[in-house]
Amino acid sequence: MSNLFDLLVAGLATGAIYALVAVGFTLLWQTSQTINFAQGEFVMLPAFLMLAAMHVGAPFWLAIILGILLSMILLGLAFKLLLVDPMMRHGVLPLAIATMALAIGIKEAVKQFFSAEASPFPSIVPTGDVSILGHAVSLQSIGVLVVAILAVFGLTALLNRTSLGHQMQAAAQNPTVARIIGVPVERMILLTFLINAFLVALASLLITPIYLAKFSSGEVLGQAAFIAAIVGGFNQVRGAIAGGLLIGVLDNLAAAYVSTQYRAAVPMIFLIAVILFRPQGLLGRAEERTV
Amino acid sequence: MSGFAKPLKIALGLAVIAALIVVPMNFNRYGLFILSQWAVMSIAAMGLNLTLGYAGQVSLAQGAFVGIGAYAAAIMTTHGWPLPAAIVVAIALSFAVGWVLGYPALRVQHHYLAFVTLAFSTLAFLVFRNESWLTGGIYGISNIPRPHIFGIATNKPLPFYYVCLGSLAIVSLAVWWLIRSPWGRAFMALRENPLRAQSLGVDTRRYTLMAFAIGSALGGVAGALYAPLTQYIDPVPFNLSLSLDLLMMVIVGGAGFYFGPFLGAMIAVLLPEWLRFTEGYYLMLYAVAVMLLLIWSPTGILGILDRAMAARRTKAASALRAVAKSRLETVQ
Repeated sequence: MSNLFDLLVAGLATGAIYALVAVGFTLLWQTSQTINFAQGEFVMLPAFLMLAAMHVGAPFWLAIILGILLSMILLGLAFKLLLVDPMMRHGVLPLAIATMALAIGIKEAVKQFFSAEASPFPSIVPTGDVSILGHAVSLQSIGVLVVAILAVFGLTALLNRTSLGHQMQAAAQNPTVARIIGVPVERMILLTFLINAFLVALASLLITPIYLAKFSSGEVLGQAAFIAAIVGGFNQVRGAIAGGLLIGVLDNLAAAYVSTQYRAAVPMIFLIAVILFRPQGLLGRAEERTV
Repeated sequence: MSGFAKPLKIALGLAVIAALIVVPMNFNRYGLFILSQWAVMSIAAMGLNLTLGYAGQVSLAQGAFVGIGAYAAAIMTTHGWPLPAAIVVAIALSFAVGWVLGYPALRVQHHYLAFVTLAFSTLAFLVFRNESWLTGGIYGISNIPRPHIFGIATNKPLPFYYVCLGSLAIVSLAVWWLIRSPWGRAFMALRENPLRAQSLGVDTRRYTLMAFAIGSALGGVAGALYAPLTQYIDPVPFNLSLSLDLLMMVIVGGAGFYFGPFLGAMIAVLLPEWLRFTEGYYLMLYAVAVMLLLIWSPTGILGILDRAMAARRTKAASALRAVAKSRLETVQ
């Protein structure tokens, strides 16, 4: 029983990070039909930007701010202007392929300019355990959960309670009508790219202390976020959140109860089942796009 | 224009084939390995081009079928079976699995289909890695023999390169015939407008499954050649990135163009080698090149050629029209 509790906490913590990445993924899909195959690499890169800032002597807090700002410029602004904008009108597939190439490019650039070895990364949460209901729970898991939940709540509040959020939803649901009623659609799309860049930088900050900074670490993460987004519902932010948590917990439980060899198979089989029997995702609605 | 274009095309084709036969004769071991790899990957990409380019079904699982073919060939040939028998088994196996994988395509399309096939690809990789009683697990299968063809041993790189090239030629001819047959037309109808295809009496269900099965079978052929080419296989080359690479080859070369896969495979296999003088930067440059190409022409390299030819034809047609018009005016 205690084992199950630990697994659930650990699963929720990784799941919360998956959810952050998956939310960004669905945002890009809804506003610009971008299937970003480089999303995992987008999570890997900010940790290296922060490490690079620390190498030139910045303290950790400054490195974090610089890292997030640089990610928003590179992975938000530059990604949209240089790659997505010229390719958007040519349909989903060429753009998806271009992001695959981008993933290779980012991985190789990190390997070449930084290191092919895994680097340790400082944690924003102090290490140690606290006792909850008689169980030792690592502060790291709690910190990750709290930050991820705050980020998700902040985003949902932005989307549902502010005028800016409503404009973003309008731009995603029906760009033509949104444009007619005066929503600056282009600016809203750019905003979702910046939000995505912020979310992946945050995810990078949370997950890298656990798994170390390595050029190849984006592959697994990107795939998990991918699955989370589809399982939850490709067209719903809350779907992506639920999907992320679910995949995180499922992955941890599968490792403990199914087999370590086939743990990766469980989310995949789940994914196939969801797509075949409920293609709109567990929380998604069919044939409709909403932020 | 078409008066001399056809002999010109045939001459060009013959020149390329002759070059592929003659030029590699004094290549070193590594050069021959790369060229053989190009031939093998072209076969796999051609299969995916059938599924994606002609029938319009997105698949991220072609790498898994190359893996299935490779393991079938490796297991059978190390147990003393001849390679042709292994190729037949590889084709049958990938055809059957591809047929089953086609069923989700009857229910979901586009990106959902991509994700189902992506999941399948990962599952296949897990089976290759974990079922060590069959596949040797992470240690893989080594000492895969190369075949004797008509009594000639192909252990040396050059003879085996000709085996790959010959197989590529046979597959190319088969695909050429297929896309010109009623089946090929049915595939294209499926891609362009499934609803209209169905109303015209095309059994879209059967052809969707066929598109998957035939494309996958070609992946199996490529795998069955890959195993004796490298003479050692483990699960790593057949992970998801091979499927993504093959998809990239098809799109970069030009999906739905007959020669697309040849060009795409050339770029994916040879361009990184040519860029090797840049040392650590070669894959980075390759990635940038692919992105720039897709920004310039989302329909791939042959898309550029196609547009140029269409523009020339329009020009010629409007010139003819102008002449005709002026004639009409002089008559009046």
